[in-house]
Amino acid sequence: MAFRQKHLLGIEPLHPTEITTILDVADSYVDLNRQANKHSDALAGMTQINMFFENSTRTQSSFELAGKRLGADVMNMAMQASSIKKGETLIDTALTLNAMHPDLLVVRHPHSGAVDLLAQKVNCAVLNAGDGRHEHPTQALLDALTIRRAKGRLHRLSIAICGDIAHSRVARSNLILLGKMENRVRLVGPPTLIPAGMNELGCEVYEDMEEGLKDVDVVMMLRLQKERMDGGFIPSEREYFHRYGLDAAKLAHAKDDAIVMHPGPMNRGVEIDGTIADDINRSVIQEQVEMGVAVRMAAMDLLARNLRAEKAAANTGVMA
Amino acid sequence: MSVFINARLIDPETLTDTFGWLRVENGVIAETGTGTPPKGDIIDCGGKCLAPGIVDLGVKVSEPGERHKESFASAGRAAAAGGVTTIVTRPDTLNAIDTPEVLEFVERRAATDAIVHVKHMSALTKDRAGHEMVEIGFMKDAGAVAFTDCDHVVENTKVLQRCMTYARSLGVLVIGHPQEPTLSKGAAVTSGKFASLRGLPAVSPMAERMAVDRDIALVEMTGVKYHFDQLSTARALPALERAKANGLDVTAGVSIHHLTLNEYDVGDYRTFFKVKPPLRSEDDRLAMVDAVASGLIDIISSMHTPQDEESKRLPFEEAASGAVALETLLPAAMRLVHAEQITLPALFRAMSLNPAKRLGLDCGRLSVGAPADFVLFDPEAPFVMDRSKLHSKSKNTPFDGARMQGKIKGTWVAGIRVFDAT
Repeated sequence: MAFRQKHLLGIEPLHPTEITTILDVADSYVDLNRQANKHSDALAGMTQINMFFENSTRTQSSFELAGKRLGADVMNMAMQASSIKKGETLIDTALTLNAMHPDLLVVRHPHSGAVDLLAQKVNCAVLNAGDGRHEHPTQALLDALTIRRAKGRLHRLSIAICGDIAHSRVARSNLILLGKMENRVRLVGPPTLIPAGMNELGCEVYEDMEEGLKDVDVVMMLRLQKERMDGGFIPSEREYFHRYGLDAAKLAHAKDDAIVMHPGPMNRGVEIDGTIADDINRSVIQEQVEMGVAVRMAAMDLLARNLRAEKAAANTGVMA
Repeated sequence: MSVFINARLIDPETLTDTFGWLRVENGVIAETGTGTPPKGDIIDCGGKCLAPGIVDLGVKVSEPGERHKESFASAGRAAAAGGVTTIVTRPDTLNAIDTPEVLEFVERRAATDAIVHVKHMSALTKDRAGHEMVEIGFMKDAGAVAFTDCDHVVENTKVLQRCMTYARSLGVLVIGHPQEPTLSKGAAVTSGKFASLRGLPAVSPMAERMAVDRDIALVEMTGVKYHFDQLSTARALPALERAKANGLDVTAGVSIHHLTLNEYDVGDYRTFFKVKPPLRSEDDRLAMVDAVASGLIDIISSMHTPQDEESKRLPFEEAASGAVALETLLPAAMRLVHAEQITLPALFRAMSLNPAKRLGLDCGRLSVGAPADFVLFDPEAPFVMDRSKLHSKSKNTPFDGARMQGKIKGTWVAGIRVFDAT
């Protein structure tokens, strides 16, 4: 099997063939999800706990649905309202949960690296649902699946990631994934929202949106993360929209068949014009949501297979 | 009367490394020589290095307030095991050492519990809050050897100017932490490719240069004796060089971690590598090594900062900064010697002679009349660092499992052996 990971903590540890494996399995789940009977028993008997230390509606419901469709027992824990408030440390929370014998732990945390730390302390498979400004691997995988289905391939494409790169874990995971699959990646945004050293990571950095979009196959917009900004990154939302918001005039610089993506939730009129977002010929934003469920099913399925194999090996005394 | 024979005498004053003997009487070096040694209680050094004991400027002993992290007793044992014969403590305790009463308390604790010499620094402003100066005169009379707010930068330039002016009139040494405070607020690592990939809040290395520039201007204005606790970036060095050339009474230190580790050592969010200022690029590290070798940077410190497991086993941004280093200072510094980047006498100039001179202490030398504070070490002996064997109460070392070369055999304080590895 071409997927050897115990956890899905980020795109960085994945081999390109592992990425392809996840996407191939996800394709089959897209078909399943479109049928009347959407059930599979890939996770039958397994327990999935969703631990979200940061508010999320979209990602959490996507993971929840993915788990339920695969037959897992799914539990959601709103961590903001729980023991964290009572002063429990992340590791103690992890140990407490671990004692309940979950098989899959889906974690989102506001601090970079927190999910890695947690994964060191539990016996189950951990999926990173976003850690600080570090990684959000299932988002990058669902973006990759969307691109592959729309463009027929996931290599030698020119892709512009635009907007608030600095605060975006989505941008980092996408940058790594698209680079691993041998695409040309451009980062477009105001210099205050592009972190230092990005040009050393094998991508091109553009401060001018029209220049940055020239002849690209994919335009990936990012949400302006106002809640993560502690002051003065941009002068105003209207100036931001004027210079970096995706509208028809700016999109005209991309290839004629370029697709438009956005991880949601969108700020219409801030980073994207409503008419572009709703243009069914260009926008694949709804497909991204659909692919999200399929990719998460694929990732959990593959991790569960490795988990079962490991347990079987442990039971027979054979080294995995 | 004891006689150390068969020793490689590392003399930082003459910058020599000679084979010979050394006679101690009443806790003081009485005589040194190269020929036939005199009679007495013979201590055979077995051809290994005998150097003046390390004077470690900027050690955090967590008394008062956090004795579970480090006490004077445990810090003293750790120092002895690391060849450190004089600890100079930082005032960033809970509460800060900012009144003569607190200073008297730690002096008493140190005198009864520590097996090495301990000198104390005072805070520069009350509670290290940067608003009002401490009673600098009383603190000096009570024995404070320097004044510093440690990693709390005095943001208000006017307050700092007044502190410096007042300190100048008393002739005391002020120590600052060069870091532009608003730019570095909340930062956990140095900005750049690595920080961006890891998604961690970062500070530009320029924040250090800006603070160096401000502080040097204030030194020029006030004429105070000033020391930068830690420089860590190449861009800060030209300003220091100019200030020294202009005759200002300015010196600078560097921590052992900024001489031996770089930003990539943080790897996958390893919080034992979280220090303040954050680890820098490899280019910066090499510039610091060169600056120590040339003498531009005067002092190497351990910046020993004990942290318990609870404060380190957290997500990187939330984890406490600092590393214990009393016991690893010399073996880590030996990496620079083995890499032929610095000679042993020059290393001890930065670890023993210069800090002693800067604080007006008569130790840090191997000449006749100096106190018999020594470290005996085998520069070649290899070992694998095991943090569970540290004498410190806290075990937060970045060198756990590291291969090191240079083992401490013995430590003497005022002629009395306080550590024996055999």
